[in-house]
Amino acid sequence: MTALTIENLEKTYAGGFQALKGISLEVAPGDFFALLGPNGAGKSTTIGILCSLVRKTAGQVNVFGIDIDQDFSAAKREIGVVPQEFNFNQFENVLDIVVNQAGYYGLSRAVAHQRAEKYLTKLGLWDKRNQPSRNLSGGMKRRLMIARALVHEPRLLILDEPTAGVDIELRRSMWEFLREINAAGTTIILTTHYLEEAESLCRNIAIINHGEIVQKTSVKALLKQLNKEVFIIDTRAPLAAAPQASGYVVRQLDEHTLEVEVERGQSLNDVFKALEAQKIEVVSMRNKANRLEEMFVSLIKQQEG
Amino acid sequence: MHISAQWISFSTIVRKEIRRFMRIWVQTLLPPAITMALYFVIFGALIGARIGDMGGFSYMEFVVPGLIMMSVLTNSYSNVVSSFYSAKFQHSIEELLVSPTPNYVILAGYIVGGVCRGLAVGLIVTLMSLFFTDLQVHSLSVTVSIVVLTSVLFSLMGLINAVFANSFDDISIIPTFVLTPLTYLGGVFYSIDLLPEFWQGVSQLNPILYVVNTFRYGILGVSDVNIVTAFLGVLAFIVILFAASLWLLNNGKRLRS
Repeated sequence: MTALTIENLEKTYAGGFQALKGISLEVAPGDFFALLGPNGAGKSTTIGILCSLVRKTAGQVNVFGIDIDQDFSAAKREIGVVPQEFNFNQFENVLDIVVNQAGYYGLSRAVAHQRAEKYLTKLGLWDKRNQPSRNLSGGMKRRLMIARALVHEPRLLILDEPTAGVDIELRRSMWEFLREINAAGTTIILTTHYLEEAESLCRNIAIINHGEIVQKTSVKALLKQLNKEVFIIDTRAPLAAAPQASGYVVRQLDEHTLEVEVERGQSLNDVFKALEAQKIEVVSMRNKANRLEEMFVSLIKQQEG
Repeated sequence: MHISAQWISFSTIVRKEIRRFMRIWVQTLLPPAITMALYFVIFGALIGARIGDMGGFSYMEFVVPGLIMMSVLTNSYSNVVSSFYSAKFQHSIEELLVSPTPNYVILAGYIVGGVCRGLAVGLIVTLMSLFFTDLQVHSLSVTVSIVVLTSVLFSLMGLINAVFANSFDDISIIPTFVLTPLTYLGGVFYSIDLLPEFWQGVSQLNPILYVVNTFRYGILGVSDVNIVTAFLGVLAFIVILFAASLWLLNNGKRLRS
């Protein structure tokens, strides 16, 4: 049984815009799955259908074997959703928001309070429990939505751009938290604009564009398709010109910085050997751009081209 | 969703609604108390003394049931319309829509929330009226049942208004241009016996006339309308509006894409 099966899912909005053109995908239980795509690709429409805020035009959706057309109520119990926009009452306090959400899933007040304390503590919001939610910072509001989505302990957690507008430190701590709950067995589907996030967290990936799935594979397999990577190399001594390295394209960015293109099958060792032969000492090295980002852009270009 | 889980969800919505209007009591409970106290002083005590008897009762005795009912129905309406529209505006209604809570439970929760506010304000206004007149309840069962049914009816109207509203302006249009005129012309301040025959006939089309007079019958034992007709009318409207509200929620009208 899969955590999620989507078959030929279509959505045409009232104005005639076709947001989804028959997408199909499967997410295995326990997976950490990324749904990537540019703005307007159909990611949020897909998530909206899964959580009943958008009505599908055609197709089938099964959540842990439950067909949403047969028993959406049972399917909803398996799903927790963290939307892109803040969608809680700005005047309610933090604890009430989480406890009430548990109530909407039929959990008793005692259990709701227990769970609210557990998740608000884990997400660093327990101290803020009596604060009106409007007083929280942007990052805290996002964590509040995660606590709210987890309070009924769903088997499938869907996060729509969970770290948008969140500072780096907080983003890293949210990643840790998501890895932790995924390791504990919760299947996670994530949409994000930060491709580094998908590369760091997710095992499998689907790229969606213009309402169609462009690519469905594992993150590792996708990265293997990369033909070329660009590295930035910092040198200790200033350089008068770009050094030569046979078979490699080396460009000088400034007197201490080089850019080297390494194609699939080539070895970075050869670059270092060539630099060492020219008495150039390397102090650090990094990827020029996120690898997945390059792949993503190339796939989207291929589809549009 | 199991029935016990539905009950928990329902009580969660009701508790949330009660906490909401209690949290902002300066906006929800205090204004009707002040407004009605002014009505009691001006219409009942100052002007009423010059008007004399109406329907066999002092003007103060006559006007008090109408004013209580007026505050109950306007507050039931405004509680649901403002709370539901605000949830729609802030998208917090999605908390309920994504949950397994059935639509009829959502509807019942908001309606009972509106009824609680209507009854709370009704009780406050009734207690205030005791400073101005002695209330002798003619029929407790008629009094209580009509006030609860009226509160349900106007809560349903508030919910339908909220579903269709696109802005905060839209939630004040019906109260200002429909509810207030109908209330003022609905026998709160006068007996329709005072009107020419034609206008008496026109007044019979005003649903508020029936609920005000039935409530007045419960308190004073007099009414301009047949109270059995009034009860049947209110019940029929409740059934129709409940079905319409449920259809709107099931259909996802203006709530889902």
